[in-house]
Amino acid sequence: MNRAGYNRLKDKGFKIVGVSATLVGLIVLAIFIGFIIFMGMERLSWDFLMSLPSRFADQSGIYTAWIGTVWILIMTTLISFPLGVGAGIYLEEYGKKSKLSSFLEINIANLAGVPSVIYGLLGLEVFVRIMKLGNSILAGALTLSLLILPIIIVSTREAIRAVPSSIRDASVALGASKWQTIWSQILPASIGGILTGVILAISRAVGETAPLIVIGALAYVPFAPQSPLDEFTVLPIQIFNWVTRPQHEFVINAAAAIIVLLLITFVMNGIAVYLRYRWQKKVNW
Amino acid sequence: MNRKTKENIIEKALAACALITVLTTVGIILVLLVEAVSFFSEVSIIEFLTGTEWTPLFTNKSYGILPLIAGTMLTSFIAIGVALPIGLTIAVYLNEYAPRRFRKVVKPLLEILAVVPTVVYGFFALMIVTPFLKNFIPELAGFNALSPGLVMGIMIIPFVSSLSEDALNSVPDSLRQAAFGMGSTKLQTAFKVMVPAASSGIIVSAILAISRAIGETMIVAIAAGHQPRFTIDPTIPIETITAYIVQVSMGDVPYGTIAYKTIFAAGITLFVFTFILNNISYWIRNKYREKYE
Repeated sequence: MNRAGYNRLKDKGFKIVGVSATLVGLIVLAIFIGFIIFMGMERLSWDFLMSLPSRFADQSGIYTAWIGTVWILIMTTLISFPLGVGAGIYLEEYGKKSKLSSFLEINIANLAGVPSVIYGLLGLEVFVRIMKLGNSILAGALTLSLLILPIIIVSTREAIRAVPSSIRDASVALGASKWQTIWSQILPASIGGILTGVILAISRAVGETAPLIVIGALAYVPFAPQSPLDEFTVLPIQIFNWVTRPQHEFVINAAAAIIVLLLITFVMNGIAVYLRYRWQKKVNW
Repeated sequence: MNRKTKENIIEKALAACALITVLTTVGIILVLLVEAVSFFSEVSIIEFLTGTEWTPLFTNKSYGILPLIAGTMLTSFIAIGVALPIGLTIAVYLNEYAPRRFRKVVKPLLEILAVVPTVVYGFFALMIVTPFLKNFIPELAGFNALSPGLVMGIMIIPFVSSLSEDALNSVPDSLRQAAFGMGSTKLQTAFKVMVPAASSGIIVSAILAISRAIGETMIVAIAAGHQPRFTIDPTIPIETITAYIVQVSMGDVPYGTIAYKTIFAAGITLFVFTFILNNISYWIRNKYREKYE
């Protein structure tokens, strides 16, 4: 075979390599998830969802864990949504091109790269010890809010940047103030993109384990929390606790709890992807 | 209240939201520094940086961080060994070869790899990958660096592939056309023209992926064991910096003791590593932006 023919063959060969590389991760993940469903599905029942944790694997449930996860989800949204969107609006609409804003930008890029376990150390000292919140839901939600703030800020900025400046100019030309323009024109036009980013960020918070372990969220909480100042556990911590037990029955419990956690994660991401799709379709500037 | 004051108050409130990010950074650095300084008043920093034994929770205490760093590096390099070649191949394939439709379907699917919670990946590593690998490596221990490293690699594939693809995407089409014009095949164009032209962006993706792997916690906390060892053997139990922090947090270590302070000393070590890597990548990215735009 001549040189050109050999090169064409290599070219064809790479196509196969490329497709395999693209699919290998997905196939491995599919095998993993199939394994989890096979292992945990029979354990999944109404009882499992509504039972308190127990020393005995077959009586143990995830009631306190998923209630804790719902609490964390709601509290983290309430805290991080206004702060993140507010900061995003400020950076995109007010603080542009100043020295402060380029410093803020580097700072946010850096924060996004800080390992989550470090946020746990911050939360442990500031929220748990100095503010004396203890290992409460509030301390956990505050910690996770700081963790996901960079994600919300970046996606808010991107969504706002996608709004064409003609809309902003038209509003200002009609005599609207800066805030009126933002509130009545920019935000309604970018809300789809903002919500997509917020939901993705919250779904990340729901799956986080390490920072909550560090601030002292407990693996064993006998009662479902009643207020933001109560002690709590969440699904990922419950899973971690069960995985590390030597008895096989607890590992099956972990698999069943993973099915629930994956369901929550995938539903949230599905909603976010759907919103993004709808928004991109609707917005045709 | 007149309109001007109202506008002013709103701007101040929004600025306050943005300043929270600065407070977070200051908070992280202060918290780590204060506890670490108090740790180093009891343990010599030389012992900390050069000691090869890490046993703060035993009666015979040693405070050498090297075993934890070795464990962290070991799992991170295994992860990068998986994620970089696969992620880069995906980026080249999607950018240079794949039909538009295939790209549109596959890219969101790849993101699924990144949204699965890490505690779930930890379960996979411990319960599926380690038993599977034992078929081929009989001496593999139940806890080891190899399988969490491999699983972590799979998790960060989309991270490498999307960043590398962005880098390839920003190479001007004229370079590609010129290569085709000279009679190159797609493969030659991809690896001899496009990849070198996008090299700084690809390096950035690799650095950020390493930084992500170094900070990853739950996979190693579950599947790597909790035995700090100064080794590069991937078949035996080790411990990473992050896994150590989790291990101490799970136990009842009283506030203010030296064992409590060790997690901040470990934390500041971890923070310094990721901070340096993130800033190198930020610096490269800014330099490289000027090149094509």
